[in-house]
Amino acid sequence: MKNSKKDYQKILGSVQKPVLGEAGKTGTWSSKKPHIDLNTCIPAKSGKSSCFNCWLYCPEAVVTRTIPPQIDLIHCKGCGICMEECPVNAITMEEVKY
Amino acid sequence: MDLPEEEFIYPGTRACAGCGMALIYRIALKALGAKTLVTVPASCLTVLHGMQGFCSTKVSVYHTPFATTGASASGIVASLEDKGLENEITVLAFAGDGGTTDIGIQALSGAVERGTNFIYACYDNEAYMNTGVQRSGSTPYGVKTTTTPEGKLSHKKDMPKILEAHGIPYIATGIASYPLDLFEKFKKARTIHGSKYFHILSPCPPGWGYDPKDTISIGRLAVQTGFWILYEIENGIFKLSKPSSRYLDPLKRKPIEEYLKAQKRFSEMTQQQIKVYKVYIDNMWKDIKRRIECQN
Repeated sequence: MKNSKKDYQKILGSVQKPVLGEAGKTGTWSSKKPHIDLNTCIPAKSGKSSCFNCWLYCPEAVVTRTIPPQIDLIHCKGCGICMEECPVNAITMEEVKY
Repeated sequence: MDLPEEEFIYPGTRACAGCGMALIYRIALKALGAKTLVTVPASCLTVLHGMQGFCSTKVSVYHTPFATTGASASGIVASLEDKGLENEITVLAFAGDGGTTDIGIQALSGAVERGTNFIYACYDNEAYMNTGVQRSGSTPYGVKTTTTPEGKLSHKKDMPKILEAHGIPYIATGIASYPLDLFEKFKKARTIHGSKYFHILSPCPPGWGYDPKDTISIGRLAVQTGFWILYEIENGIFKLSKPSSRYLDPLKRKPIEEYLKAQKRFSEMTQQQIKVYKVYIDNMWKDIKRRIECQN
């Protein structure tokens, strides 16, 4: 009991720490997850750093600006914006089982 | 693309899937950089920042009561000036439409009148979405909310015009669907001394009633139908932004029905009400045309 009170005071008095996944594993919010087809994706196919619409429009910042783009599926909420905004339709939403 | 790669929001926030506000906030922080101090009233953005003990952003955030966004920003700027840090750190006040057009308007008006050196950004999702879709001063005509079950009877408040009457150096409108336009505007605002105001339309999937994947396309429709106009006013000089400039010609605008039918909140609008909208949008653009002609 004494210890838990101390912990509580520690949290109240502390600086709020920035953490990854503040709301937990938000990937579990949706069962549909984006999958990038590397044969059609522009940066993956050409090897040049161009397009990156999925990175630009992602509200969650789960897509990386790398070649090929990678998606953090643990935190991706599965909204599907990347699928809509992909100019070559390289992204499809697939069912993922937990 | 000259957007910096560094992210200031960690993935896994409490925002809904497909949230327009989360995208706006992410782009704004990219433009302003790590040396930004944000002050946030009660809104969806408070929820995004998370619970006690942890935070989802890398920048410093100050949570303030609903009505005091402008006043708290004034206080922060004053303390920074006292410490000689006013040129190093950008103060950003980020509030929702309720916290700007209804509850926080007097504090904002006061802060702007004092010429506080800060950026005030209002993300406008056109109702009190955080508490369950109640009507706000920024809700458009005909929208069904929990407090206007028959549709709202008046048009939305033109906030940028109110701010323009204060004579501030920079006013801009933006939308989540054109992040590059928004990024450029925030970058420009950072270099200007004085009060800067942003009014940014933020599509909201649960509140507006559409599939989360359509956040960007609905916002784009708002611009293409002429419902939302992207512009900036720098020292009194009005300039249409690039995405909106071609819609000055009424023939190039898409019919407003396309925008209205894509969302559940407009689902019970009658033909009569749609006509009211058409006249409203035409008048809005006529004002802008007149203004541009006068300037030249």
